[in-house]
Amino acid sequence: METVKAAESRAGEREARFRDPRLILTALLALAVAAQEPIRGLLGGAVIQAWLTVFVAVVIQALPFLVMGVLLSAIIAVFVPPSFFARALPKRPALAVPVAGAAGAVLPGCECASVPVAGALVRRGVTPAAALAFLLSAPAINPIVLTATAVAFPRNPEMVAARFVASLFVACAMGWLWQRWGRADWLRPPGRPHTDGLTKGAVLWGSVRHDVMHAGGFLVVGAAAAATLKAFVPAQWLDAVAGNPVVSVLALAALAVALSICSEADAFVAAALSQFSLTARLAFLVVGPMVDLKLFAMQAATFGRGFAVRFAPATFAVAVLVSTAVGAVLL
Amino acid sequence: MIRQAHAILMLLLGVTVLRTAFTDVYLRYVKEGLRPLLIGVGVVLIVAAAATFWYEWRRPAPENQPPPQEGHREPRVSWLLAVPVLALILVAPPALGAYTVDRAGSAIQQPAGFPALAAGDPVPLTVGDYAARAVYDHGRSLAGRTVKVTGFVTLGKGGEPMLARLTLSCCAGDAQPIKVGLEGKVPAGLRPNAWLEVTGAFSARRTADPINRAPIPYLAVTEAKPVPEPRNPYES
Repeated sequence: METVKAAESRAGEREARFRDPRLILTALLALAVAAQEPIRGLLGGAVIQAWLTVFVAVVIQALPFLVMGVLLSAIIAVFVPPSFFARALPKRPALAVPVAGAAGAVLPGCECASVPVAGALVRRGVTPAAALAFLLSAPAINPIVLTATAVAFPRNPEMVAARFVASLFVACAMGWLWQRWGRADWLRPPGRPHTDGLTKGAVLWGSVRHDVMHAGGFLVVGAAAAATLKAFVPAQWLDAVAGNPVVSVLALAALAVALSICSEADAFVAAALSQFSLTARLAFLVVGPMVDLKLFAMQAATFGRGFAVRFAPATFAVAVLVSTAVGAVLL
Repeated sequence: MIRQAHAILMLLLGVTVLRTAFTDVYLRYVKEGLRPLLIGVGVVLIVAAAATFWYEWRRPAPENQPPPQEGHREPRVSWLLAVPVLALILVAPPALGAYTVDRAGSAIQQPAGFPALAAGDPVPLTVGDYAARAVYDHGRSLAGRTVKVTGFVTLGKGGEPMLARLTLSCCAGDAQPIKVGLEGKVPAGLRPNAWLEVTGAFSARRTADPINRAPIPYLAVTEAKPVPEPRNPYES
């Protein structure tokens, strides 16, 4: 009996050792380098090379903006205490919503960071409506995101204005909607993050590492999707979808939800979707930072499922309507 | 362990990005202006990896460690970052070429005006500049001049040779082609993606791109010689 148990635990240990991610990563790299020639041969076709080039291009182009956003957002999270926001916001909720929404324009917060920040705001007594407006606006309209959008659309500077106006409007609308119809029991009070006892440097670099890896992974998904649409999918299919204004807006809004790309990086994916109208791409840029699969999971974890299943679909609907309207006026 | 593996991946990504920025490989994917940002991001990634190793090394033993934050397990999607790293290390995919050109209609654009050509014979022009002058200026500013245009070969549906160049508005993700037909002394046996330096003169002949009906002007070739791929394969 003893020996069986001991053997089992040894086997478990051995298994755990084989699952060591460092080991897997090293083995993968060694294998890739050893098989470099056959891999190059396999990837030598014109289609695959075009796919790889677009894929690498979108990743490389978006990476500096993603890392810059993560870095600034981590610095703010570490050095500006949430109580500062609680004091700075007006006491009347109806007024606090637009102020919190506009605050998103000056504070670079990447979307992964904005969920815990909004949680911290609620915990510090900020009215939930204002915290939610900040949650939606901070990743959508901060200076880094707007710069990235301007870089991605050098021939359509109006895209930057449209993104700013539409996103700010959606954020405020959702704040006011919550204030009018939201119920306190839908929102589970967020718990405290466990960063006590860690130095500021440890928290800062820990969150940079976590957010770069997290957002970077989703950037890879988004770049792969853009490359697939660009290099694989027959142009006639895309033209058929892009040719119908209603279908194209809904298709790109749904794509934004599925891809979960970080807001600092999504403009470059949108720029690659060149068959689609600017309004459809605006919907992609407005919906993406506010509703996507990754954010849904994070909101459910921070505020509870009951909140996420109401908030995310409502935000999606408002974002699609507002971006269509703003696109019709500005683009 | 996962954090250390993440740090290794960040280190690899940072080094790879720095390498593409310090060779001209980055010009296959993005515009020249992004280079300082690429160097910056490479450095930040390496510092973040080093910081992770440093704090992991100084971390208290597991029993004194705070429990992981709720909803903040280390995300699995992160491992996908190994894909671009491997793609860059192993393949470093080439600049887009004939395949992309064949899938998209010519993106010829009407410029605001047509300044007089620079002095010199032949005068070097970009594919985009030649095409715009030939189509929208009806060749007026090209009259009586010999031009030199560099691009790569693509073949139309019937095998007719064309000279093309891709333009970027931001990165290779939004590359769009500009196409110019070749007539006159065109060398036989041209293969797609071969780079050519073509010398010739304006031709009034024109055709329409079968994909988007955009006009494709022609160039009357007097000389075409193979050249290596230019440092920046795209036009902006």
